Amino acid sequence: MTERVPLITMQLMGKPYSVPSGLTIMAAIEFAGYKLVRGAGCRGGFCGACPTLYRREGSHRMFTALACQTLVEDGMSLVQMPFVPLATKPYELAAITPRANTILSHFPEIAGCVACNTCTRACPQGLQVMDYIQAALRGDIKRVSLLSFDCISCGICSSRCPADIKHYAVGQLARRIYGRFITPAEPHLAERVSELEAGQFTSELTEMMHMSQAELRARYEQRSFEVVDDGGEHSATKRYNSPVDPVDFQDEIEG
Amino acid sequence: MTITMRAGSGPDELLHKVEVLSEQHLANCYQCGTCAATCPLAAQMDLLPDMLIRHLLFGLPGVLERRTLWVCVGCESCTDRCPRGIDVARIIEALRQIRLQDRGDELAVAQLPDAARELPPIALVASLRRHTG
Amino acid sequence: MQIAYYPGCTIKASARQHEGAALAVLRALGVELREMEEWNCCGVVHSLTSDNLIRHMAPVRVFARLREQGNNEVATLCDMCFNTLARANQLAHEHPEQIEAMSVTSGGELNYDGNSGVLHLLQILRDRVGWAKIRARVRRPLRGLTVYPYYGCKLLRPSEIGIDDPETPAVLRDLMQALGATVVEGSLQTQCCGAYHVVDREELVAGRVAATTAQARERGSEAIVLSCPLCHFNFDTLQPQASAPLPVFYYTQLMGLAFGLEPGELGLDAHHTDLLPLLEQHNLIRPKGGPA
Repeated sequence: MTERVPLITMQLMGKPYSVPSGLTIMAAIEFAGYKLVRGAGCRGGFCGACPTLYRREGSHRMFTALACQTLVEDGMSLVQMPFVPLATKPYELAAITPRANTILSHFPEIAGCVACNTCTRACPQGLQVMDYIQAALRGDIKRVSLLSFDCISCGICSSRCPADIKHYAVGQLARRIYGRFITPAEPHLAERVSELEAGQFTSELTEMMHMSQAELRARYEQRSFEVVDDGGEHSATKRYNSPVDPVDFQDEIEG
Repeated sequence: MTITMRAGSGPDELLHKVEVLSEQHLANCYQCGTCAATCPLAAQMDLLPDMLIRHLLFGLPGVLERRTLWVCVGCESCTDRCPRGIDVARIIEALRQIRLQDRGDELAVAQLPDAARELPPIALVASLRRHTG
Repeated sequence: MQIAYYPGCTIKASARQHEGAALAVLRALGVELREMEEWNCCGVVHSLTSDNLIRHMAPVRVFARLREQGNNEVATLCDMCFNTLARANQLAHEHPEQIEAMSVTSGGELNYDGNSGVLHLLQILRDRVGWAKIRARVRRPLRGLTVYPYYGCKLLRPSEIGIDDPETPAVLRDLMQALGATVVEGSLQTQCCGAYHVVDREELVAGRVAATTAQARERGSEAIVLSCPLCHFNFDTLQPQASAPLPVFYYTQLMGLAFGLEPGELGLDAHHTDLLPLLEQHNLIRPKGGPA
């Protein structure tokens, strides 16, 4: 028995297509006959490969979304933006000294921020992007790191910015500096690394390498999670530790 | 070189733009030179503020190419002291804006020397606001 | 007395010593500055053309957030922030239609009526605390120390928002005299230091700094006292090599010394030009390793 799904019309790069309602933008593009060789990755909202620009009927605004996370709508006019060009001066993290103007000296263009908040409105992760750029401007590396923690580097912010700021690269540098120089070293991490180096888990790893895909999948689903108690400061960590795994797509694993 | 003077002979496009953007009436200037005398950076200018106003009124060429636009730092001493109440700083800001919109940035942000990258944020923000479109 | 506080970027970066000294001094005077929970750069320079609305968004957003956070008055230490905020406030008051236009393009986030108060710390000290109370709080008068107050531009111009007479300002002189210092003055006190030209036309700034410090020295000054973090950077780093540079103080640091506060709170070691020899010479701090 087949269920009838209503068709809707979307415009992809100016050309109309009838697609079933209820599909993600990405699935709708594929339904329309396109094969995505770029602009698709994890299909779970984490890799940032599928930024999409679209307009809706009845609004003068340009909207942004991840194609794998957003349902296609009737009258949507869209285009994929698989990559936002990025050119940054290379830096050697180990050679950086964290100071109030470290980020500004790497990305002086953040001084051009006009606080229009376009980046924040465009962010598919709902981050306070403008606030972290502003924190970067005043050298608050910790705040940049925490506010940008959930960034997936899709680059939408950067494509929309009137000051041409490379927000996601700014956040990444801050998180790297924060992780390397500011957060205290975790003793349990050093312990685990030395256990690994001493070969303590070699037999388990060897066992896993010989497992079938089904066995691996079962193991993966049964895995346990560390309880994180950080007073809510790293709320993103809690979300990432959710047992509902977003990368749980049969086609990804079997494809 | 031929210079065509157009004082009083129809609207000059640049003058009109400057008057709209700066909200100043340039013909109010009676050329006393107080602005030039009070400007702390006048020695670095290639066209003094009073002359700049005259050049605009006469429609003389090359105003937008003058170094004066970028030497003026907007300290507003001239504005404060003008006996005719002309906001000279606004006139120069209007010229900067016209130039930036026409020809692009005056400051190559990606090419800033390392020392400039170490400056207080206010220096960079102010510079970018005055030198980039 | 509690007042909402907008620090500005540079106060959190290269001018931390000014903030540290200001907060310590205000504690001693019973004034509490409460930093805004979330804030953005003010934009530093007020855009002077009639159609450049996007350049007014930053300061207007500061006011919108100030209101959201339940405040109607904001204090700042930075002269450039003060100038930009005060002028944006004035713009919002006089041209509500421009704020409306900004709000429409920004998804309705920028409603603001231009009715907040913007206070520079010097105004709080002069108009709310008063020189008498400051004089009464002095524990170690700056006797024998001769200073040249430098005002620069942004405290004074344009006169609609300036905190003092643009031609003959008195606020820093009165403050320094209340602390017991000797004040010398001169015509270059209110002349621009070259400001942001330090980014790509450093020689223009160096010329202004040389002229002003020469005048201060001629009048017998031993130090420059000022308020603006950009003036501070320029004077502290770009004095001519020919003679020993004059130490450059934030007025808050000299207040802290006169109040007898812990020198550690005043960031006296955060300067390019060493402040300590002059202070030791006038017995305003104990020499390092000297008797307690």
